[in-house]
Amino acid sequence: MKKVLLALYGNDIAPRFDLAPEVQIVTFDREGGEEVKTIVLPRASAETLCQIAIAENIEAVICGGIEEEYLQYLRWKKIEVIHSVIGPAEAALPRFRLGGLKPGDILVERRKQ
Amino acid sequence: MKNLPVDVYAALDEVPLGISILGKDRKILFINRALEAMSGFSRGESEGLPCSSVLRFSNCIENCPLGGVAEREKKALEGDIITQDHQKIPVLVTFAPLINGRGRITGYIETVEDLRKRRMVDPIRIHPFSFGDIIGRSPQMEKIFKFLPAIAQSDSPVLITGQIGTGKDLLASAIHYASSRSKNPFVIFRCGALPDILIESELFGHEKGAFPGATENKPGKFRFAQNGTLFIAEVGDLPPSLQLKLLTYLDEKTIYPLGGTRNFSADVRVIAATSLNLEQIARGGHFRKELFFRLNAVSLHLPPLKDRDGDIRLLLEHFMRSHASAQKKTLLGFSSECLKVLEEYTYPGNVLELKHIAEYAVNICRDEIIGLRDLPAYLTEHFEDLVAPIAGPSASPVETSVEDGMDWSAVERKMITNALIKAKGRRSRAAQLLGWGRSTLWRKMKHYGLAAPGDEGLREIGQ
Repeated sequence: MKKVLLALYGNDIAPRFDLAPEVQIVTFDREGGEEVKTIVLPRASAETLCQIAIAENIEAVICGGIEEEYLQYLRWKKIEVIHSVIGPAEAALPRFRLGGLKPGDILVERRKQ
Repeated sequence: MKNLPVDVYAALDEVPLGISILGKDRKILFINRALEAMSGFSRGESEGLPCSSVLRFSNCIENCPLGGVAEREKKALEGDIITQDHQKIPVLVTFAPLINGRGRITGYIETVEDLRKRRMVDPIRIHPFSFGDIIGRSPQMEKIFKFLPAIAQSDSPVLITGQIGTGKDLLASAIHYASSRSKNPFVIFRCGALPDILIESELFGHEKGAFPGATENKPGKFRFAQNGTLFIAEVGDLPPSLQLKLLTYLDEKTIYPLGGTRNFSADVRVIAATSLNLEQIARGGHFRKELFFRLNAVSLHLPPLKDRDGDIRLLLEHFMRSHASAQKKTLLGFSSECLKVLEEYTYPGNVLELKHIAEYAVNICRDEIIGLRDLPAYLTEHFEDLVAPIAGPSASPVETSVEDGMDWSAVERKMITNALIKAKGRRSRAAQLLGWGRSTLWRKMKHYGLAAPGDEGLREIGQ
Protein backbone atom coordinates (compact mmCIF):
# COMPACT_ATOMS: atom_id res chain seq x y z
CA MET A 1 0.00 0.00 0.00
CA LYS A 2 1.38 3.42 -0.92
CA LYS A 3 -0.15 6.77 -0.05
CA VAL A 4 0.53 9.91 -2.04
CA LEU A 5 -0.66 13.47 -1.50
CA LEU A 6 -1.16 15.78 -4.48
CA ALA A 7 -1.39 19.53 -3.80
CA LEU A 8 -4.01 20.73 -6.29
CA TYR A 9 -5.23 23.88 -7.93
CA GLY A 10 -8.28 22.91 -9.95
CA ASN A 11 -7.29 19.88 -12.01
CA ASP A 12 -3.60 20.80 -12.02
CA ILE A 13 -0.76 20.31 -9.59
CA ALA A 14 -0.80 23.58 -7.63
CA PRO A 15 2.05 25.87 -8.73
CA ARG A 16 2.71 26.55 -5.03
CA PHE A 17 2.46 24.10 -2.14
CA ASP A 18 1.55 26.87 0.34
CA LEU A 19 -1.32 28.15 -1.79
CA ALA A 20 -2.94 24.85 -2.77
CA PRO A 21 -6.64 25.16 -1.95
CA GLU A 22 -7.23 21.42 -2.00
CA VAL A 23 -5.39 18.13 -1.76
CA GLN A 24 -6.01 14.70 -3.12
CA ILE A 25 -4.83 11.69 -1.15
CA VAL A 26 -4.49 8.57 -3.26
CA THR A 27 -3.92 5.16 -1.69
CA PHE A 28 -2.62 2.46 -4.02
CA ASP A 29 -3.21 -1.11 -2.89
CA ARG A 30 -1.20 -4.15 -3.91
CA GLU A 31 -3.93 -5.44 -6.21
CA GLY A 32 -3.67 -2.37 -8.43
CA GLY A 33 -6.71 -0.56 -7.02
CA GLU A 34 -6.70 2.97 -5.77
CA GLU A 35 -8.74 4.95 -3.29
CA VAL A 36 -9.01 8.71 -3.73
CA LYS A 37 -9.88 11.17 -0.99
CA THR A 38 -10.14 14.91 -1.64
CA ILE A 39 -9.77 17.48 1.12
CA VAL A 40 -10.76 21.09 0.51
CA LEU A 41 -8.85 23.37 2.84
CA PRO A 42 -10.63 26.23 4.60
CA ARG A 43 -7.48 28.33 4.12
CA ALA A 44 -4.43 27.41 2.06
CA SER A 45 -1.48 26.85 4.37
CA ALA A 46 1.79 24.96 4.11
CA GLU A 47 1.66 24.06 7.83
CA THR A 48 -1.78 22.49 7.42
CA LEU A 49 -0.61 20.48 4.42
CA CYS A 50 2.42 19.23 6.38
CA GLN A 51 0.16 18.22 9.28
CA ILE A 52 -2.17 16.37 6.89
CA ALA A 53 0.78 14.60 5.26
CA ILE A 54 2.06 13.38 8.64
CA ALA A 55 -1.32 12.45 10.11
CA GLU A 56 -2.25 10.49 6.98
CA ASN A 57 1.09 8.62 6.87
CA ILE A 58 1.79 9.95 3.40
CA GLU A 59 4.87 8.53 1.69
CA ALA A 60 5.17 11.04 -1.17
CA VAL A 61 3.98 14.58 -1.83
CA ILE A 62 3.57 15.85 -5.40
CA CYS A 63 3.51 19.62 -5.69
CA GLY A 64 4.77 22.65 -7.59
CA GLY A 65 7.07 25.19 -5.94
CA ILE A 66 7.72 24.64 -2.24
CA GLU A 67 9.61 26.72 0.29
CA GLU A 68 12.87 25.32 1.61
CA GLU A 69 11.73 24.98 5.22
CA TYR A 70 8.67 22.86 4.31
CA LEU A 71 10.72 20.79 1.88
CA GLN A 72 13.28 20.04 4.57
CA TYR A 73 10.59 19.38 7.16
CA LEU A 74 8.81 16.83 4.98
CA ARG A 75 12.09 15.16 4.08
CA TRP A 76 13.00 15.04 7.76
CA LYS A 77 9.70 13.24 8.31
CA LYS A 78 10.86 10.75 5.64
CA ILE A 79 8.30 11.91 3.11
CA GLU A 80 9.49 12.02 -0.50
CA VAL A 81 8.77 15.40 -2.08
CA ILE A 82 8.37 15.49 -5.86
CA HIS A 83 8.33 19.24 -6.31
CA SER A 84 8.24 21.69 -9.24
CA VAL A 85 5.87 19.43 -11.17
CA ILE A 86 3.89 21.33 -13.79
CA GLY A 87 0.76 19.85 -15.32
CA PRO A 88 -2.53 18.10 -14.61
CA ALA A 89 -2.89 15.70 -11.69
CA GLU A 90 -4.28 13.03 -14.00
CA ALA A 91 -0.98 13.02 -15.92
CA ALA A 92 1.19 13.08 -12.78
CA LEU A 93 -0.49 10.19 -11.02
CA PRO A 94 0.07 7.38 -13.57
CA ARG A 95 3.67 8.52 -14.03
CA PHE A 96 4.18 8.44 -10.27
CA ARG A 97 2.63 4.99 -10.06
CA LEU A 98 5.10 3.69 -12.64
CA GLY A 99 7.94 5.24 -10.63
CA GLY A 100 8.83 7.74 -13.35
CA LEU A 101 7.78 11.07 -11.81
CA LYS A 102 10.73 13.30 -10.91
CA PRO A 103 11.07 16.80 -9.45
CA GLY A 104 10.77 19.41 -12.20
CA ASP A 105 8.75 17.21 -14.57
CA ILE A 106 6.68 19.19 -17.06
CA LEU A 107 3.53 17.34 -18.08
CA VAL A 108 1.97 19.93 -20.34
CA GLU A 109 2.46 20.34 -24.04
CA ARG A 110 4.48 23.43 -24.73
CA ARG A 111 3.93 25.67 -27.67
CA LYS A 112 7.29 27.23 -28.50
CA GLN A 113 7.57 30.21 -30.81
CA MET B 1 10.42 47.55 -33.90
CA LYS B 2 11.63 45.64 -36.94
CA ASN B 3 13.66 48.63 -38.07
CA LEU B 4 15.49 49.11 -34.78
CA PRO B 5 19.23 48.64 -35.26
CA VAL B 6 19.43 46.76 -31.92
CA ASP B 7 18.35 43.38 -30.68
CA VAL B 8 15.49 44.26 -28.32
CA TYR B 9 15.69 40.95 -26.47
CA ALA B 10 19.42 41.44 -25.88
CA ALA B 11 18.62 44.94 -24.58
CA LEU B 12 16.01 43.52 -22.18
CA ASP B 13 18.70 41.19 -20.86
CA GLU B 14 20.66 44.21 -19.69
CA VAL B 15 17.76 45.61 -17.62
CA PRO B 16 18.37 44.86 -13.92
CA LEU B 17 14.65 44.15 -13.39
CA GLY B 18 12.89 40.87 -14.11
CA ILE B 19 10.86 41.08 -17.33
CA SER B 20 8.61 38.52 -18.94
CA ILE B 21 6.61 38.75 -22.13
CA LEU B 22 3.48 36.63 -22.31
CA GLY B 23 1.26 35.63 -25.18
CA LYS B 24 -2.46 36.29 -25.19
CA ASP B 25 -2.94 32.85 -23.60
CA ARG B 26 -0.69 34.00 -20.68
CA LYS B 27 2.02 31.55 -21.60
CA ILE B 28 5.61 32.71 -21.50
CA LEU B 29 7.27 33.84 -24.73
CA PHE B 30 10.38 35.40 -23.20
CA ILE B 31 12.02 36.07 -19.85
CA ASN B 32 15.07 38.27 -19.47
CA ARG B 33 18.28 37.34 -17.70
CA ALA B 34 17.31 39.13 -14.47
CA LEU B 35 14.13 37.05 -14.24
CA GLU B 36 16.08 33.89 -15.07
CA ALA B 37 18.33 34.69 -12.10
CA MET B 38 15.45 35.50 -9.80
CA SER B 39 13.13 32.60 -10.67
CA GLY B 40 15.78 29.95 -11.34
CA PHE B 41 14.09 29.00 -14.62
CA SER B 42 16.15 29.42 -17.78
CA ARG B 43 14.60 31.00 -20.86
CA GLY B 44 14.38 27.65 -22.63
CA GLU B 45 12.76 25.94 -19.65
CA SER B 46 10.12 28.63 -19.20
CA GLU B 47 9.13 29.12 -22.83
CA GLY B 48 5.56 28.00 -23.56
CA LEU B 49 4.68 27.39 -19.90
CA PRO B 50 1.86 29.14 -18.03
CA CYS B 51 3.14 32.25 -16.28
CA SER B 52 1.75 31.07 -12.90
CA SER B 53 3.86 27.87 -13.06
CA VAL B 54 7.11 29.74 -13.65
CA LEU B 55 6.72 32.94 -11.68
CA ARG B 56 4.61 31.33 -8.91
CA PHE B 57 3.52 34.79 -7.84
CA SER B 58 1.16 34.66 -4.86
CA ASN B 59 -1.40 36.93 -6.52
CA CYS B 60 -1.32 34.88 -9.77
CA ILE B 61 -2.45 31.84 -7.87
CA GLU B 62 -5.07 33.43 -5.66
CA ASN B 63 -6.42 35.86 -8.24
CA CYS B 64 -4.73 36.20 -11.62
CA PRO B 65 -4.26 39.93 -12.29
CA LEU B 66 -4.70 39.35 -16.02
CA GLY B 67 -7.89 37.37 -15.62
CA GLY B 68 -10.33 40.15 -14.75
CA VAL B 69 -12.46 42.27 -16.99
CA ALA B 70 -10.04 45.16 -16.56
CA GLU B 71 -7.14 43.33 -18.21
CA ARG B 72 -6.43 46.37 -20.36
CA GLU B 73 -5.32 48.28 -17.29
CA LYS B 74 -1.80 48.45 -16.00
CA LYS B 75 -1.54 46.97 -12.51
CA ALA B 76 1.13 46.82 -9.83
CA LEU B 77 0.82 44.25 -7.08
CA GLU B 78 3.01 43.30 -4.14
CA GLY B 79 3.30 39.66 -3.17
CA ASP B 80 5.89 36.94 -3.20
CA ILE B 81 7.28 34.31 -5.54
CA ILE B 82 8.77 30.88 -4.85
CA THR B 83 11.92 30.22 -6.83
CA GLN B 84 13.37 26.97 -8.16
CA ASP B 85 15.78 27.20 -5.19
CA HIS B 86 12.76 27.06 -2.84
CA GLN B 87 13.19 30.65 -1.67
CA LYS B 88 10.22 32.91 -1.02
CA ILE B 89 11.09 36.37 -2.35
CA PRO B 90 8.94 39.47 -1.78
CA VAL B 91 8.32 41.18 -5.11
CA LEU B 92 6.46 44.01 -6.79
CA VAL B 93 5.02 42.87 -10.11
CA THR B 94 3.60 45.26 -12.69
CA PHE B 95 1.41 43.96 -15.49
CA ALA B 96 0.53 45.78 -18.69
CA PRO B 97 -1.21 44.61 -21.85
CA LEU B 98 0.61 44.83 -25.18
CA ILE B 99 -1.82 46.43 -27.63
CA ASN B 100 -1.32 46.47 -31.38
CA GLY B 101 -2.10 49.26 -33.84
CA ARG B 102 -5.69 48.07 -34.16
CA GLY B 103 -6.27 48.33 -30.42
CA ARG B 104 -6.21 44.56 -29.84
CA ILE B 105 -4.38 42.85 -27.00
CA THR B 106 -1.59 40.72 -28.40
CA GLY B 107 0.03 39.75 -25.14
CA TYR B 108 1.26 41.07 -21.83
CA ILE B 109 4.46 42.35 -20.29
CA GLU B 110 5.35 41.84 -16.64
CA THR B 111 8.14 43.40 -14.65
CA VAL B 112 9.25 41.81 -11.40
CA GLU B 113 11.13 43.83 -8.80
CA ASP B 114 12.89 42.04 -5.94
CA LEU B 115 11.85 43.86 -2.76
CA ARG B 116 14.34 42.23 -0.41
CA LYS B 117 16.71 45.16 -0.44
CA ARG B 118 13.93 47.70 0.00
CA ARG B 119 12.52 45.70 2.94
CA MET B 120 15.89 45.59 4.61
CA VAL B 121 15.93 49.38 4.88
CA ASP B 122 12.22 49.70 5.65
CA PRO B 123 12.12 51.53 9.04
CA ILE B 124 8.99 49.59 10.08
CA ARG B 125 10.69 46.27 9.59
CA ILE B 126 14.06 47.15 11.07
CA HIS B 127 14.63 45.51 14.44
CA PRO B 128 16.85 47.41 16.87
CA PHE B 129 19.15 44.40 17.37
CA SER B 130 19.57 43.20 13.83
CA PHE B 131 21.52 43.16 10.61
CA GLY B 132 19.32 42.40 7.62
CA ASP B 133 16.98 39.65 8.77
CA ILE B 134 19.33 38.38 11.48
CA ILE B 135 18.32 39.26 14.99
CA GLY B 136 20.42 39.03 18.13
CA ARG B 137 21.73 41.09 21.01
CA SER B 138 24.06 38.53 22.52
CA PRO B 139 27.74 39.52 22.71
CA GLN B 140 28.45 36.72 20.20
CA MET B 141 26.08 38.24 17.61
CA GLU B 142 27.11 41.83 18.36
CA LYS B 143 30.65 40.83 17.45
CA ILE B 144 29.45 39.50 14.08
CA PHE B 145 27.28 42.57 13.42
CA LYS B 146 30.34 44.78 14.10
CA PHE B 147 32.33 43.11 11.31
CA LEU B 148 29.52 42.77 8.76
CA PRO B 149 29.52 46.27 7.20
CA ALA B 150 33.24 46.03 6.43
CA ILE B 151 32.88 42.48 5.07
CA ALA B 152 29.92 43.57 2.93
CA GLN B 153 31.91 46.40 1.40
CA SER B 154 34.89 44.23 0.50
CA ASP B 155 34.62 41.98 -2.53
CA SER B 156 36.46 38.95 -1.11
CA PRO B 157 34.97 35.47 -0.98
CA VAL B 158 33.43 34.71 2.41
CA LEU B 159 33.10 31.43 4.28
CA ILE B 160 30.21 31.17 6.74
CA THR B 161 30.27 28.30 9.21
CA GLY B 162 27.68 27.21 11.72
CA GLN B 163 25.33 24.39 12.60
CA ILE B 164 22.16 23.71 10.65
CA GLY B 165 19.47 26.31 11.36
CA THR B 166 21.82 29.04 12.60
CA GLY B 167 20.95 31.35 9.69
CA LYS B 168 23.86 31.01 7.25
CA ASP B 169 21.57 31.80 4.28
CA LEU B 170 20.28 34.94 6.00
CA LEU B 171 23.80 36.09 6.80
CA ALA B 172 24.89 35.62 3.18
CA SER B 173 21.83 37.51 1.98
CA ALA B 174 22.46 40.32 4.50
CA ILE B 175 26.07 40.66 3.27
CA HIS B 176 24.88 40.85 -0.34
CA TYR B 177 22.20 43.46 0.33
CA ALA B 178 24.61 45.61 2.33
CA SER B 179 27.21 45.48 -0.46
CA SER B 180 27.68 47.53 -3.61
CA ARG B 181 26.32 44.53 -5.56
CA SER B 182 22.91 44.76 -3.89
CA LYS B 183 21.09 45.91 -7.03
CA ASN B 184 22.23 42.81 -8.87
CA PRO B 185 21.15 39.19 -8.32
CA PHE B 186 21.68 37.16 -5.18
CA VAL B 187 21.67 33.57 -6.38
CA ILE B 188 21.64 30.52 -4.14
CA PHE B 189 23.12 27.19 -5.15
CA ARG B 190 22.57 23.99 -3.17
CA CYS B 191 24.50 20.91 -4.22
CA GLY B 192 21.86 18.46 -3.01
CA ALA B 193 22.08 14.82 -4.00
CA LEU B 194 22.78 15.47 -7.69
CA PRO B 195 25.25 13.58 -9.88
CA ASP B 196 28.54 15.49 -10.42
CA ILE B 197 27.74 16.30 -14.04
CA LEU B 198 24.42 17.91 -13.11
CA ILE B 199 26.03 19.91 -10.31
CA GLU B 200 28.59 21.19 -12.81
CA SER B 201 25.84 22.04 -15.28
CA GLU B 202 23.75 23.82 -12.63
CA LEU B 203 26.72 25.85 -11.41
CA PHE B 204 28.72 26.58 -14.55
CA GLY B 205 26.11 25.99 -17.26
CA HIS B 206 26.34 23.76 -20.29
CA GLU B 207 26.20 23.92 -24.06
CA LYS B 208 23.58 22.05 -26.03
CA GLY B 209 24.68 18.43 -26.52
CA ALA B 210 27.27 18.52 -23.71
CA PHE B 211 25.84 15.28 -22.29
CA PRO B 212 22.84 13.05 -23.06
CA GLY B 213 19.70 14.99 -22.24
CA ALA B 214 21.32 18.44 -22.69
CA THR B 215 18.89 19.51 -25.37
CA GLU B 216 19.33 23.23 -24.81
CA ASN B 217 22.02 25.64 -23.63
CA LYS B 218 21.86 26.26 -19.91
CA PRO B 219 23.32 29.47 -18.49
CA GLY B 220 24.25 28.16 -15.00
CA LYS B 221 24.21 29.94 -11.65
CA PHE B 222 27.37 31.97 -12.30
CA ARG B 223 25.82 33.58 -15.36
CA PHE B 224 22.58 34.20 -13.44
CA ALA B 225 24.58 35.88 -10.67
CA GLN B 226 26.56 38.15 -13.01
CA ASN B 227 27.52 41.37 -11.17
CA GLY B 228 25.89 40.01 -8.03
CA THR B 229 26.60 37.34 -5.44
CA LEU B 230 26.52 33.56 -5.64
CA PHE B 231 25.84 31.80 -2.36
CA ILE B 232 27.00 28.18 -2.29
CA ALA B 233 25.24 26.39 0.56
CA GLU B 234 27.10 23.38 1.96
CA VAL B 235 30.28 23.92 -0.06
CA GLY B 236 31.75 20.85 1.68
CA ASP B 237 29.45 18.67 -0.45
CA LEU B 238 31.00 19.96 -3.70
CA PRO B 239 32.67 17.10 -5.61
CA PRO B 240 36.51 17.35 -5.88
CA SER B 241 36.50 18.11 -9.63
CA LEU B 242 34.18 21.05 -9.06
CA GLN B 243 36.19 22.27 -6.09
CA LEU B 244 39.04 22.74 -8.56
CA LYS B 245 36.76 24.48 -11.05
CA LEU B 246 35.53 26.83 -8.32
CA LEU B 247 39.11 27.55 -7.30
CA THR B 248 39.94 28.32 -10.93
CA TYR B 249 37.06 30.80 -11.05
CA LEU B 250 38.21 32.51 -7.83
CA ASP B 251 41.70 32.92 -9.33
CA GLU B 252 40.88 33.72 -12.96
CA LYS B 253 37.29 35.05 -12.80
CA THR B 254 36.53 32.96 -15.87
CA ILE B 255 33.82 30.36 -16.34
CA TYR B 256 34.10 27.35 -18.61
CA PRO B 257 30.60 25.96 -19.33
CA LEU B 258 30.34 22.19 -19.64
CA GLY B 259 30.86 21.06 -23.22
CA GLY B 260 31.51 24.61 -24.37
CA THR B 261 34.40 25.87 -26.42
CA ARG B 262 34.00 29.48 -25.32
CA ASN B 263 34.59 30.74 -21.80
CA PHE B 264 33.19 33.95 -20.37
CA SER B 265 34.40 36.44 -17.81
CA ALA B 266 32.20 36.53 -14.77
CA ASP B 267 32.04 39.17 -12.09
CA VAL B 268 30.45 37.30 -9.22
CA ARG B 269 31.22 37.42 -5.52
CA VAL B 270 31.21 33.99 -3.94
CA ILE B 271 29.90 33.40 -0.43
CA ALA B 272 30.14 29.79 0.69
CA ALA B 273 28.70 28.13 3.77
CA THR B 274 29.12 24.86 5.56
CA SER B 275 27.88 23.15 8.68
CA LEU B 276 30.91 20.85 8.59
CA ASN B 277 34.37 21.40 10.02
CA LEU B 278 35.91 22.24 6.66
CA GLU B 279 39.40 22.67 8.05
CA GLN B 280 39.36 19.13 9.44
CA ILE B 281 37.92 17.78 6.19
CA ALA B 282 40.61 19.59 4.21
CA ARG B 283 43.25 18.15 6.54
CA GLY B 284 41.82 14.69 5.92
CA GLY B 285 42.19 15.24 2.19
CA HIS B 286 38.47 15.30 1.32
CA PHE B 287 38.37 19.01 0.51
CA ARG B 288 40.96 20.97 -1.46
CA LYS B 289 43.21 22.84 0.96
CA GLU B 290 43.82 25.67 -1.53
CA LEU B 291 40.07 26.24 -1.87
CA PHE B 292 39.63 26.14 1.90
CA PHE B 293 42.38 28.75 2.39
CA ARG B 294 40.96 30.91 -0.41
CA LEU B 295 37.44 30.85 1.05
CA ASN B 296 38.55 31.06 4.67
CA ALA B 297 40.38 34.37 4.14
CA VAL B 298 37.20 36.06 5.38
CA SER B 299 35.20 33.75 7.60
CA LEU B 300 32.29 34.18 9.96
CA HIS B 301 31.06 31.64 12.47
CA LEU B 302 27.44 31.66 13.59
CA PRO B 303 27.22 30.23 17.11
CA PRO B 304 24.58 27.65 18.06
CA LEU B 305 21.48 29.28 19.57
CA LYS B 306 22.09 27.74 23.01
CA ASP B 307 25.38 29.66 23.22
CA ARG B 308 23.81 33.02 22.31
CA ASP B 309 23.22 34.64 25.70
CA GLY B 310 19.79 36.27 25.90
CA ASP B 311 18.85 35.73 22.27
CA ILE B 312 16.31 32.94 22.84
CA ARG B 313 13.83 35.28 24.50
CA LEU B 314 14.41 38.05 21.96
CA LEU B 315 13.83 35.66 19.06
CA LEU B 316 10.77 34.08 20.67
CA GLU B 317 9.15 37.49 21.08
CA HIS B 318 10.09 38.44 17.53
CA PHE B 319 8.71 35.30 15.88
CA MET B 320 5.62 35.29 18.11
CA ARG B 321 4.84 38.88 17.05
CA SER B 322 5.46 38.31 13.37
CA HIS B 323 3.39 35.09 13.20
CA ALA B 324 0.59 36.60 15.30
CA SER B 325 0.48 39.65 13.06
CA ALA B 326 0.41 37.48 9.92
CA GLN B 327 -2.49 35.51 11.37
CA LYS B 328 -4.20 38.63 12.74
CA LYS B 329 -4.11 37.29 16.31
CA THR B 330 -3.65 39.30 19.49
CA LEU B 331 -1.06 37.65 21.67
CA LEU B 332 0.55 39.27 24.69
CA GLY B 333 3.42 36.86 25.21
CA PHE B 334 4.45 33.60 26.86
CA SER B 335 3.53 32.39 30.36
CA SER B 336 6.42 32.22 32.83
CA GLU B 337 6.47 28.38 32.94
CA CYS B 338 6.39 28.32 29.14
CA LEU B 339 9.36 30.68 29.00
CA LYS B 340 11.21 28.48 31.50
CA VAL B 341 10.82 25.49 29.19
CA LEU B 342 11.76 27.46 26.11
CA GLU B 343 14.80 29.05 27.71
CA GLU B 344 16.04 25.75 29.14
CA TYR B 345 15.67 23.85 25.87
CA THR B 346 18.90 23.29 23.90
CA TYR B 347 17.52 23.81 20.34
CA PRO B 348 19.49 21.27 18.30
CA GLY B 349 17.79 22.78 15.23
CA ASN B 350 18.85 26.28 16.35
CA VAL B 351 16.94 29.40 15.23
CA LEU B 352 15.01 27.45 12.59
CA GLU B 353 13.64 25.12 15.26
CA LEU B 354 12.78 28.04 17.55
CA LYS B 355 10.95 29.71 14.66
CA HIS B 356 8.89 26.58 14.04
CA ILE B 357 8.09 26.25 17.75
CA ALA B 358 6.89 29.87 17.87
CA GLU B 359 4.82 29.35 14.70
CA TYR B 360 3.27 26.17 16.12
CA ALA B 361 2.45 27.88 19.43
CA VAL B 362 0.85 30.88 17.71
CA ASN B 363 -1.26 28.51 15.57
CA ILE B 364 -2.41 26.42 18.52
CA CYS B 365 -2.90 29.13 21.15
CA ARG B 366 -6.51 30.15 21.74
CA ASP B 367 -5.80 32.64 24.58
CA GLU B 368 -3.80 35.82 24.74
CA ILE B 369 -0.89 34.18 26.54
CA ILE B 370 0.97 31.19 25.11
CA GLY B 371 1.05 28.45 27.72
CA LEU B 372 2.70 25.06 28.11
CA ARG B 373 -0.18 23.27 26.40
CA ASP B 374 0.44 25.35 23.26
CA LEU B 375 3.96 23.99 22.84
CA PRO B 376 4.89 20.90 20.78
CA ALA B 377 4.63 17.75 22.93
CA TYR B 378 8.35 16.94 22.75
CA LEU B 379 9.12 20.16 24.62
CA THR B 380 6.71 19.57 27.47
CA GLU B 381 8.04 16.05 27.92
CA HIS B 382 11.42 17.72 28.31
CA PHE B 383 9.83 20.01 30.91
CA GLU B 384 8.62 16.98 32.92
CA ASP B 385 12.28 15.99 33.18
CA LEU B 386 13.20 19.49 34.29
CA VAL B 387 10.64 19.73 37.07
CA ALA B 388 10.91 16.11 38.23
CA PRO B 389 12.60 15.69 41.62
CA ILE B 390 16.26 14.95 41.20
CA ALA B 391 16.94 11.33 41.99
CA GLY B 392 19.96 10.15 43.92
CA PRO B 393 23.01 8.99 41.99
CA SER B 394 22.06 5.36 42.22
CA ALA B 395 18.42 5.85 41.29
CA SER B 396 17.31 4.72 37.88
CA PRO B 397 14.67 6.70 35.97
CA VAL B 398 12.64 3.50 36.06
CA GLU B 399 12.71 2.08 39.52
CA THR B 400 12.23 -1.66 39.61
CA SER B 401 12.18 -3.66 42.80
CA VAL B 402 14.04 -6.94 42.53
CA GLU B 403 12.40 -9.76 44.37
CA ASP B 404 14.20 -12.86 45.57
CA GLY B 405 14.56 -15.56 42.97
CA MET B 406 14.06 -13.22 39.97
CA ASP B 407 16.50 -13.83 37.12
CA TRP B 408 17.75 -11.07 34.79
CA SER B 409 15.05 -11.75 32.20
CA ALA B 410 12.33 -11.29 34.79
CA VAL B 411 13.95 -8.07 36.04
CA GLU B 412 14.27 -6.72 32.50
CA ARG B 413 10.66 -7.62 31.68
CA LYS B 414 9.50 -5.82 34.82
CA MET B 415 11.67 -2.79 33.96
CA ILE B 416 10.04 -2.55 30.53
CA THR B 417 6.55 -2.85 31.99
CA ASN B 418 7.28 -0.15 34.58
CA ALA B 419 8.75 2.15 31.96
CA LEU B 420 5.72 1.71 29.72
CA ILE B 421 3.37 2.47 32.61
CA LYS B 422 5.40 5.55 33.55
CA ALA B 423 5.42 6.71 29.92
CA LYS B 424 1.64 6.13 29.64
CA GLY B 425 2.21 3.63 26.84
CA ARG B 426 4.39 5.93 24.70
CA ARG B 427 7.18 3.68 23.51
CA SER B 428 9.62 6.41 22.53
CA ARG B 429 9.32 7.97 25.99
CA ALA B 430 9.67 4.54 27.63
CA ALA B 431 12.82 3.89 25.59
CA GLN B 432 14.17 7.27 26.69
CA LEU B 433 13.49 6.44 30.36
CA LEU B 434 15.30 3.14 30.00
CA GLY B 435 18.16 4.78 28.12
CA TRP B 436 17.63 2.51 25.11
CA GLY B 437 16.93 3.10 21.45
CA ARG B 438 13.32 2.58 20.31
CA SER B 439 14.30 -0.41 18.20
CA THR B 440 16.02 -2.05 21.21
CA LEU B 441 12.89 -1.55 23.28
CA TRP B 442 10.72 -2.95 20.47
CA ARG B 443 12.96 -5.99 20.04
CA LYS B 444 12.91 -6.73 23.77
CA MET B 445 9.13 -6.19 23.96
CA LYS B 446 8.70 -8.79 21.24
CA HIS B 447 11.15 -11.09 23.02
CA TYR B 448 9.18 -10.91 26.27
CA GLY B 449 5.81 -11.12 24.51
CA LEU B 450 4.84 -7.58 25.52
CA ALA B 451 3.90 -6.45 21.98
CA ALA B 452 0.38 -7.04 20.73
CA PRO B 453 0.14 -9.30 17.65
CA GLY B 454 0.19 -7.27 14.42
CA ASP B 455 1.41 -4.21 16.29
CA GLU B 456 3.72 -2.28 14.01
CA GLY B 457 5.36 -0.78 17.03
CA LEU B 458 7.63 1.79 15.52
CA ARG B 459 5.23 3.57 13.24
CA GLU B 460 4.34 6.31 15.68
CA ILE B 461 3.15 9.46 13.91
CA GLY B 462 5.59 12.30 14.10
CA GLN B 463 8.53 10.30 15.40
